[in-house]
Amino acid sequence: MSQPSLVIGNINWFKYASPQTFFPLAGAMIPWFAWAGAVFCAAGLYIGFFVAPTDQQQGEAYRIIFIHVPAAWMSMFIYLVMAFWAGVGLVFNTRLSGMMASALAPTGALFTFLALWTGALWGKPTWGTWWVWDARLTSELILLFLYFGFMALQAAIDDPRRADRAGAVLALVGAVNIPIIYFSVQWWNTLHQGASVSLAAAPTMAATMLTGMLLMALAAWMYSIAASLHRVRSIILERERGADWVAHYARSLSEFTPTNS
Amino acid sequence: MSWSSGSDFFAMGGYALYVWGSYAVTAGLILLEVVMLILRRRNALASLPEGRGEAGPR
Repeated sequence: MSQPSLVIGNINWFKYASPQTFFPLAGAMIPWFAWAGAVFCAAGLYIGFFVAPTDQQQGEAYRIIFIHVPAAWMSMFIYLVMAFWAGVGLVFNTRLSGMMASALAPTGALFTFLALWTGALWGKPTWGTWWVWDARLTSELILLFLYFGFMALQAAIDDPRRADRAGAVLALVGAVNIPIIYFSVQWWNTLHQGASVSLAAAPTMAATMLTGMLLMALAAWMYSIAASLHRVRSIILERERGADWVAHYARSLSEFTPTNS
Repeated sequence: MSWSSGSDFFAMGGYALYVWGSYAVTAGLILLEVVMLILRRRNALASLPEGRGEAGPR
């Protein structure tokens, strides 16, 4: 199959859709995102624990918000990005898109689990229960199963390109769950509170609490980008192992580090 | 700042189990993912064919 081309403004955008071109680019970006994530995390934790005041109603229990809300945002956003790349892979048949979707799934599942875990630990002291079959909680649990289903389906199919296509269909169908999670607190009047942060309304939380939460959200973004770029590089190595450039790359590594770390 | 001492900080106003339970599991799982990322890369590199001649399947 010939390489597709999408030329806009004299740039062939499919150039970066080649795993060979993307591999070094991703490698160069990882340290920047990792360090940015570490800095945002340190600043967010400092403000979250040493600057933000005690909440009048919830006491110190509210400090779970600095993990819970960023994790919940990432769980939904990573799914949308994963479904987007899966869809691009289906339409344009670009190999890298499917690899990107596969690389995002474990990190998305991690943040989904953390949103549920921290939610349970926050629900117990504030609601008096670890878990209720509330619309928000239930749809977030379905999101976790969608991530697991995506990974299990891909793992069950030997041919990577077929695994990409099957996973893409699952990811796209499952994307309907994202607006359900997001709007569940408006559509069903259940236990979970409404959105903490809205672009349309004035903030209802103290400015320092909001700052800490947004810094932690930025940290989660940076970490997710670094982790998925790192994983996609491993996937490229796994799938392109027969290619000359991969052999060159492996040889260049072993020249500099004899132990082949 | 809300804390007068270190033990005050760790007590988290009586919510230590919930707050530290959240942060500890988050830190632990992220650390686990980083270790798994490093291992996956190491395995991917280790399973590369040495030369094109003795390349395995694919």
